[in-house]
Amino acid sequence: MTLGPGLTLLAQAGAGAGAGAGAGTPPVDVSWVELGLAAGLVLVAMGVSSWQRLGLTRGFAVGAVRAVVQLLGVGYVLVYLFAANRWWLVLLALLVMLAAATKTSTDRVKERRRTIVPIAGVAMLVGAGVTLAYVDAIVLRPGEWYDPRYLVPIFGMIAGNAMNGAALAAERLQSEMEARRGEVEAYLALGAAPARASAEPVRRALTAALIPSVNGLAVVGLVALPGMMTGQILAGSSPLLAVRYQIVVAFMLAGAVAITSAIVVLWYRRTFFTAAEQLVARGPG
Amino acid sequence: MGGAAGVGPAFELVDVVEERGGSRVLDGVSVTLPAGGITAVMGPSGAGKTSLLRLLNRLDDPSSGEVRFLGRPVRDYPVRELRCAVGFVFQTPVMFPGTVADNLRRAVELSPSGAAAGAAAGWIERLLEAVELDGDYGARDADRLSGGEKQRVALARALATGPQVLLLDEPTSALDPEVAERLLATVSRLNAERGHTVVMVTHRLAEARQHSAFAVMLEAGRVVESGATTELFERPRQARTRAYLSSAG
Repeated sequence: MTLGPGLTLLAQAGAGAGAGAGAGTPPVDVSWVELGLAAGLVLVAMGVSSWQRLGLTRGFAVGAVRAVVQLLGVGYVLVYLFAANRWWLVLLALLVMLAAATKTSTDRVKERRRTIVPIAGVAMLVGAGVTLAYVDAIVLRPGEWYDPRYLVPIFGMIAGNAMNGAALAAERLQSEMEARRGEVEAYLALGAAPARASAEPVRRALTAALIPSVNGLAVVGLVALPGMMTGQILAGSSPLLAVRYQIVVAFMLAGAVAITSAIVVLWYRRTFFTAAEQLVARGPG
Repeated sequence: MGGAAGVGPAFELVDVVEERGGSRVLDGVSVTLPAGGITAVMGPSGAGKTSLLRLLNRLDDPSSGEVRFLGRPVRDYPVRELRCAVGFVFQTPVMFPGTVADNLRRAVELSPSGAAAGAAAGWIERLLEAVELDGDYGARDADRLSGGEKQRVALARALATGPQVLLLDEPTSALDPEVAERLLATVSRLNAERGHTVVMVTHRLAEARQHSAFAVMLEAGRVVESGATTELFERPRQARTRAYLSSAG
């Protein structure tokens, strides 16, 4: 499957260019006035909150302001990145995204944070990095390998999903190792290797991390149209071309989550055992 | 009564200290446990009985001091071989998912001679017979057994790796007296027939007195007294042993 023509479309959509290609018409521009009109819908949500005394009115207001500021900020950063078009700036942006994803994924893990943060970081670096390299070099093949119009949004999707996979895998392994401590130690006492002793917790943690990917593949396009595909269609791309992109995205997300989760689980598992194949005491850093 | 204690030591502990959470659970333990018989490790709660037992097949390592098995430091043995040779039955038996036969199969696969043992016809039935369970137990869901049955399966599972030693950590604490007595009778018979060395932690003095040939009295992480069970019960040398025997008995 060649995606050559689609690259132009993705580039144009990402830059907010008005001229679409393929089967569609140019995208409708959204002026500042029209953006203000859209805010009326948030006012409706605030009205519902006030009417029912949900206590969410202020949250909606603050959230709306934050959304505008954050998205505008990202927009200007992207405009700068696209204009500068420097490989090192692109890689720097990807590293910042990776650091944010690592922090977010490990915030939910309450115990052993000093252990899990480097594991999650390296796992996401490898999982997201390998997937991005594969998609960039073999599937999409843009003119310049570091073209930020592709690398930044694609890496954002990969890192976001890898982040969720890493968090699920780490949380679940932690809880399974605690809940099955007796079973793991019973295996060790019989002369089992740590890998055998912890096979069931590892299997359950990996399953928990990968189930969302399996479900995502099963319902994509049925329950909701994915964001990237929707964006391309709004930007004037042919729906069939947008679908081909979305299929690539769905596959790469499954691969990234699998690689990241496997690294997290298999590496994190090792930290539960000493060199003498004993379970470490509860609650180390 | 268990079989007579052998002449050579199975285990020697030399000035063993184990610290956990900033406190000493074993504080300079030096004791020799004979081979071939049943040794009872007694003492009040928190004396360090289970901590001592866990050192013998390296589920834990001491902070300092040395543990020797058959004359060699336990650290010199490949740890998995040591654990196959020194079986451990926990206070609360944990069944692996599946049937009783599945539990035994997983254990036998881990033993050095596992492939050969697994290939021999009727090995599951023989293991069940050794712990006095009918052969049809093999097909039963292990997790749905009674406490006493689970403890027997745990014992059979420990036997599946072909151990020379069985470590029993209060194996009867969750069982009613009649079931507990039958289990210990099985352990005594295994000791007499197969010559396994048995080291058993217990807080039931009657069990220790009836089934062991050698006894170790622990208190606050230290050995108060050790020796032949009959001597220790009938002519205790230490006042603290006498106090414990009179209070717990």
